Amino acid sequence: MKPMKTVLAGVLTAFVSTGAFAGVESQDPIKLTTHDWTGQIITTTIMGEVLKKAGYNVEYVQADYIAQFAGLKTGDLHVAMEIWETTGRDAMDEAFATGKVVNMGETGMEAIEEWWYPAYMEEVCPGLPDWKALNDCAQEFSTPETEPLGRYLGGPVTWGGYDDERVEALGMDFEVVHAGTDAALFAELESAYQRKAPIVLWLYSPHWAPAKYKGSFVKFPAYTPECYNDPAWGSNPDAAYDCGKPTGPIWKVSWEGVEKKWPGAAKAIKAFTVSNADMGDMVGKVDLDGAKIEDVVAEWLKANEAEWSTWTK
Amino acid sequence: MSEALSRLTRWASLFWLGLFAITWALSTWSFDLYKALDARWIIRFPKKFELPLDKWISDAMSWLVEDATFGLFTFRDVTRFISALIEAPYDIVRSLLIDGFAVGQGQQAVQVAPSLSWIAVIGIILALAYHARRRNLVLLVGICFVYLAMFGQWDSAMITLASVLIAVPIGVAGGLALGIFAYRVPLAERMMRPVLDLMQTVPVFAYLVPILFLFGFGPVSALVATVVYAMPPMVRVSTVALQSVPQELIEAGRMVGCTQRQMMWKVLIPTAKPSLMVGVNQVIMLTLNMVIIASMIGAGGLGYDVLTALRRLDIGGGVEAGLAIVVMAIALDRLSQAFAVRRFDAPLNPSLPFHKRRPLLTGILLLVAVTTVAGLFVPPVHLYPEDLTITTGSFWTAAIEWINVNFFNTLEFIKTQLLTFLLVPIKKFFGGIPWIWGILVIGLAAGRVGGWKLGLLAAGLTLFVAASGLWGKAMTTVYLCATSVLIASIIGIPLGIWAGQSARANSVIGAFIDTLQTLPSFVYLIPVVMLFRVGDFSAMIAVVLYALAPAVRYAAHGIRSIDAELIEAGKVFGCTERQILWRIKLPLAAPSLLLGLNQTIMLAISMLVITALVGTRDLGQEVYIALTKANTGQGIVAGLAVAFIAIIADRIVTALARSSRERLGLK
Repeated sequence: MKPMKTVLAGVLTAFVSTGAFAGVESQDPIKLTTHDWTGQIITTTIMGEVLKKAGYNVEYVQADYIAQFAGLKTGDLHVAMEIWETTGRDAMDEAFATGKVVNMGETGMEAIEEWWYPAYMEEVCPGLPDWKALNDCAQEFSTPETEPLGRYLGGPVTWGGYDDERVEALGMDFEVVHAGTDAALFAELESAYQRKAPIVLWLYSPHWAPAKYKGSFVKFPAYTPECYNDPAWGSNPDAAYDCGKPTGPIWKVSWEGVEKKWPGAAKAIKAFTVSNADMGDMVGKVDLDGAKIEDVVAEWLKANEAEWSTWTK
Repeated sequence: MSEALSRLTRWASLFWLGLFAITWALSTWSFDLYKALDARWIIRFPKKFELPLDKWISDAMSWLVEDATFGLFTFRDVTRFISALIEAPYDIVRSLLIDGFAVGQGQQAVQVAPSLSWIAVIGIILALAYHARRRNLVLLVGICFVYLAMFGQWDSAMITLASVLIAVPIGVAGGLALGIFAYRVPLAERMMRPVLDLMQTVPVFAYLVPILFLFGFGPVSALVATVVYAMPPMVRVSTVALQSVPQELIEAGRMVGCTQRQMMWKVLIPTAKPSLMVGVNQVIMLTLNMVIIASMIGAGGLGYDVLTALRRLDIGGGVEAGLAIVVMAIALDRLSQAFAVRRFDAPLNPSLPFHKRRPLLTGILLLVAVTTVAGLFVPPVHLYPEDLTITTGSFWTAAIEWINVNFFNTLEFIKTQLLTFLLVPIKKFFGGIPWIWGILVIGLAAGRVGGWKLGLLAAGLTLFVAASGLWGKAMTTVYLCATSVLIASIIGIPLGIWAGQSARANSVIGAFIDTLQTLPSFVYLIPVVMLFRVGDFSAMIAVVLYALAPAVRYAAHGIRSIDAELIEAGKVFGCTERQILWRIKLPLAAPSLLLGLNQTIMLAISMLVITALVGTRDLGQEVYIALTKANTGQGIVAGLAVAFIAIIADRIVTALARSSRERLGLK
């Protein structure tokens, strides 16, 4: 008899709770996309949980970072919580131009992407993090394949970043080797770090790696738009890209229909922000300490209730 | 007569030597030639003659997705309807295995029935194994599924199992239907063959993007991609199986007055069943091979666990989830094989009550009912308790670290030697070949081996690759494959010969090879990068590990299937063991070795796309870039180029195997 009662009670609760949430504009699930890196899943889960608390139905859909734009245009997918200025600009511009995808503002996080070296290299190359000091001891970084040049491990070619051009423009004695995926990138870092071997590679933040490994980003001449567009700018008068990489915000984007179908949710999505420090901390808890994403997000929600409760008002 | 023959062989070897010499000379001096003549077209296909095929395909695709219509409904409606058809049973299976049944949407959903408990799932699987009449199988399958529960892989494994349970029946039914069609209509068979070739050789990454566009984001697209990849062997196997049904049986069927339908379902298919089950088995294995790639587009499950674990360098987690895929593959493979050889049941006695007529089924129903009810009150009955899971995670991470810290320099030394003396010279050789000569030489070689038709086909396909502006990347691909196949053969063939001669070696080597083939390559790719850095060498190791299996298997098979009398005869003549091996066994096994070579090449090519993940600059990278930029045209053109290389290699090696069989007088 008892299981029957439980089911009945469940149906009743459902009835009551549906009534309680009648306030939201549509019961259709809002589809938030998740990708294959932890930080993005955390961002999306925070947003999703806040929307759930406001009574919306939420569905998490796993989708590829760039391929998802096709789904956002047609309304198959609704919200993407992390589009990085540094890697997603072209895809965003193309999608905004169709009018079917709209910008929902910044997430509050700032993307940093730059050459990075582990702290133990400072003893070998005095003067770091300046890029000239790095260049002076390029030999330390050489491998049998790149000799006599130093080896710099760049990101996958799809990330762009103009590293080949940068090496050329600044006249650096480095050869750029592209990793195929970021997993390969971090595998090499882990390997070199275990052996305290020389390495300089592309890292980005917010990510767990700068938290796990001690080290710093190389200081290049600061980025300005002119540096990328105008060869005359900077130390090399004949070439562009003689400076570091731009930093930039991480954006939220959505299908244009979100604002019409769920105006309240759209407002909350626009209001969403989280800081670099909070994010780095949460990513570290998940990827380094093995905590569960749901638990980490629940903890953040508990600690920051004053902040997120204003998003849905 | 013998003089004419020897002149012929002398001419043949002269032909090959000459061809190689010219190719080598051109490859070495092509760059100087271009500088001397100021003719850049020697090394680069002229831009203005390049086919804008990728753009046409992309345009056609966006037309299909956005505008194509049949009047009342659009093309996209059709594909979305198909996705709904696939999604409904998938949801049911998934709810049954892991999620439980619920009514309502999102957080208003109310669970109305729980999923099957882990005990019930294991019970069902064991009963199936028992039903197949194999005691050892019950034990093996039991161990496999208990591994899944104990190592905390249960939830993900059930999600993967749900997609297997949907993808395999679709692949089998679709493959059988196409196979029957090809059997009945010979023209259809001829038209289907090149399509099947492409389905098997175009890398999956190449068509993921269009599938996502048409079938939507989520598990259904992953299922569709899986079916496309896993179905072709079933089509081939069913056509051949039906064709090889003895003519007498068909005659007998006609004489008792079978209709066409009765002939198919009562005569042909039951007779062909054992061969058909080989096809089913292939579909299951290929479906499990796709688990990782499917998880990249939303299938979730074990593949997703492997990917996320390795992205945060949790090697142990990756190995455990990867082994869970292996374990599941082994269990399902052995089960399907057992059903393939199982004999028919004796007719049941209808006068007995149900529980006596079907004791096994009754027992399972009872088990499901009891564990479901008990699970409501005692959670461990429903879900394997988390506290009781074990892990070997830290062991793997520590082991790799130990090797890395202590042996990196040794490994680096070996790597440098191999790079300098093997990889780099081969790379330079292939990279330098001017495209015009490349087309010509492939045409000549293929024509020499398999007749002028094959020569024309090979030259035409190569021209396509060059005209798509992919010549350089294609040559890098050929270089990587050639080196990997060479090394895989050097390691694999001796192992195979050993396995073919000793039963004990065979069982050990066989288990090792099975594991290598079902273990997702991503699992060993990351440790390989840690030890050998990003680059061609790491890619090569991954390809060799994956492509080793057929070299071993076919060599072992070739040695084992040699007529024992021939070996006896050798012994009578006083041959030593060594002479028997080199003078009798190896020459007779040559056709088998060539088939193995063919399969090794195919697997090496199919691994290429994965090697792009560690940073190679070949066609695999082109396909991968297209995937990450969602560029349909670029992906399909590069995918076709990969497929064409595979097809050329396949045809040439098959022709070689045929002529060597003829020379040996084996049918």
